[in-house]
Amino acid sequence: MRHSTRRHFIELIGSAGAVSSMAAWPIVAGGGQSAGRVVIIGGGFGGATCAKYLRRIAPAITVTLVERESSFVTCPFSNAVLGGLYDIDFITHHYDALRDAHGVEVIQDRASTIDPAAKTVALSAGSTLTYDKLVVSPGIDFQWGAIDGYDEAASEQMPHAWKAGPQTLQLRKQLEAMPNGGVVIIAAPRNPFRCPPGPYERASMIAHYLKQAKPRSKILIYDAKDTFSKRPLFEQGWKALYPGMIEWIPESEGGAIEAVDVRSMTVHPTFGDPQTGDVINMIPPQKAGAIAQVAGLAGDGGWCAVDQRTFESAVHKDIYVIGDAAVANPMPKSGFAASSQGKVCATSIAASLSGLEMPEPSYSNTCYSLVGPDYGISVAAVYRAGAEGIVSVEGAGGISPKDADTAFRSAEASYAVGWYQSITADIWG
Amino acid sequence: MQRPIHTLIITAATLAGVVIYPATADEALNRGAILSASCASCHGPEGRSPGAIPAIAGKTAEDLRVMLEDFRSGKRRSTVMGRHAKGYSDEEIQLIATHLGKQK
Ligand SMILES: Cc1cc2nc3c(=O)[nH]c(=O)nc-3n(C[C@H](O)[C@H](O)[C@H](O)COP(=O)(O)OP(=O)(O)OC[C@H]3O[C@@H](n4cnc5c(N)ncnc54)[C@H](O)[C@@H]3O)c2cc1C
Ligand code: HEC
Repeated sequence: MRHSTRRHFIELIGSAGAVSSMAAWPIVAGGGQSAGRVVIIGGGFGGATCAKYLRRIAPAITVTLVERESSFVTCPFSNAVLGGLYDIDFITHHYDALRDAHGVEVIQDRASTIDPAAKTVALSAGSTLTYDKLVVSPGIDFQWGAIDGYDEAASEQMPHAWKAGPQTLQLRKQLEAMPNGGVVIIAAPRNPFRCPPGPYERASMIAHYLKQAKPRSKILIYDAKDTFSKRPLFEQGWKALYPGMIEWIPESEGGAIEAVDVRSMTVHPTFGDPQTGDVINMIPPQKAGAIAQVAGLAGDGGWCAVDQRTFESAVHKDIYVIGDAAVANPMPKSGFAASSQGKVCATSIAASLSGLEMPEPSYSNTCYSLVGPDYGISVAAVYRAGAEGIVSVEGAGGISPKDADTAFRSAEASYAVGWYQSITADIWG
Repeated sequence: MQRPIHTLIITAATLAGVVIYPATADEALNRGAILSASCASCHGPEGRSPGAIPAIAGKTAEDLRVMLEDFRSGKRRSTVMGRHAKGYSDEEIQLIATHLGKQK
């Protein structure tokens, strides 16, 4: 059936060079009306990419993006804001281009419930949207209470800064206020969590600031794991740039925090002595964003199982989950990965709404980290769809070479900034 | 779900007056397009990089194919492109080059 449709389509297009690898996307439109209505919840890395690419792949599809904020502050490069390299405007993006240049209907509101049977989304302001396909890309929410004493109120004193914006500025303010010779504690969670290299890039960027402003200070990373992303490269970079300033305490040496006391600014590891800090960046365990939980899309661990070729939910038909909220390992929970998934998902939805065959998917990721302003490192991977789901292509990807010279590290630092400018232009531009 | 396919090569302006990408073969639903999709995350929309990463717009398919193969073999030195190019077969590199070779 599907094959014959495709052949039919190619005949219709004619021979105009349109066959084989460059068969043009059919602009499927019954007499100019919409080829389908897609609602997307969340205008971050996954959702905004999916919205833009759906419109460019199949302009006849009506796309409505529901985002509760008026602008989007990226977590990528928020560590560089903490380090004083950039201000918050550099990492703030707007929805004007999606709305005006790409024909996405953008609604600023919070999606409060989903009815998968009626195929509707209720918004908190009271209106209801109907959809043919729904994409859910809400990012993360925190498991408040998983660490004794750490709830949303406590995050004012001990910021997580794991969603960028006011929390980023709060942590920066505390760093500016702390004394020279003070202690900064970063508590990193167990896997899986948003941005595996994030806590270690953060330690680097905070060290960069302290080295100039408060050189007698120390950073203690309490970790609920025994190793971490790009570890040999981070440790090498810390030794070169911030000797003696950063100490990493793995889980096996009492690194896992089980409780905090906001009043005395103390963290309590599962074993070993409590530790006080002048600044405490508590990064709690996470789960898929609330709307995914409310809609029953998330499983036991708090994340959403999907068909990894299409990103259609394993629970509800015609609902797709992408980005941090989805179970897409071996892809990490990164902005690059969320955007890559947004493109695959847009392709799969466009194909499905047109009754055409989805091409074999391909996915990619690269996470750059700044160890210093001129010292960049990266981890890359290319993925394909295997029988069991997403697999890394063997022999590809991996981390930057350990023996690279300063020119290489400095090139990767400028490419990190270049990546940021490119991906944000690709998504919100 | 099957729909009758009326293939109208609609110009952008006919779509509710919204000007978007013209319906060119570049926006194709094919493997070349999906393989090339992630390049824009580093090289910018349509390969027009706004920052430090080199632009890849305006290159011929043949130039792109040779560059990708040379990144993959290590003949061409790189910080990250070698790690990416190793993820694609000869056939996939050809599909990517053909697809992106149409970007102006
Ligand atoms: C410190 C830090 C550094 C990072 N650095 C990098 C990096 O260098 N490179 C990289 O690739 N990744 C990085 N990441 C990871 C990246 O931020 C995430 O992986 C990415 O944002 C995930 O995209 P997403 O679409 O799943 O969620 P998000 O980008 O968080 O988008 C979710 C959006 O949904 C909205 N939303 C949620 N619920 C609702 C609702 N009910 N109704 C309406 N709107 C809703 C939210 O307001 C938000 O705008 C970093 C993360 C952190 C914390
Ligand atoms: C993680 C970021 C990243 C991704 C993803 C990426 N590139 Fe690159 N590309 C670079 C960088 C950085 C360079 C410069 C060489 C280097 O140091 O790796 C480059 C160089 C190139 C060049 C050489 C340009 C010139 O004029 O010298 C080509 C061609 C190229 N890339 C094509 C591609 C294609 C095609 C894809 C997608 C399959 C792709 N790249 C994906 C970062 C990326």
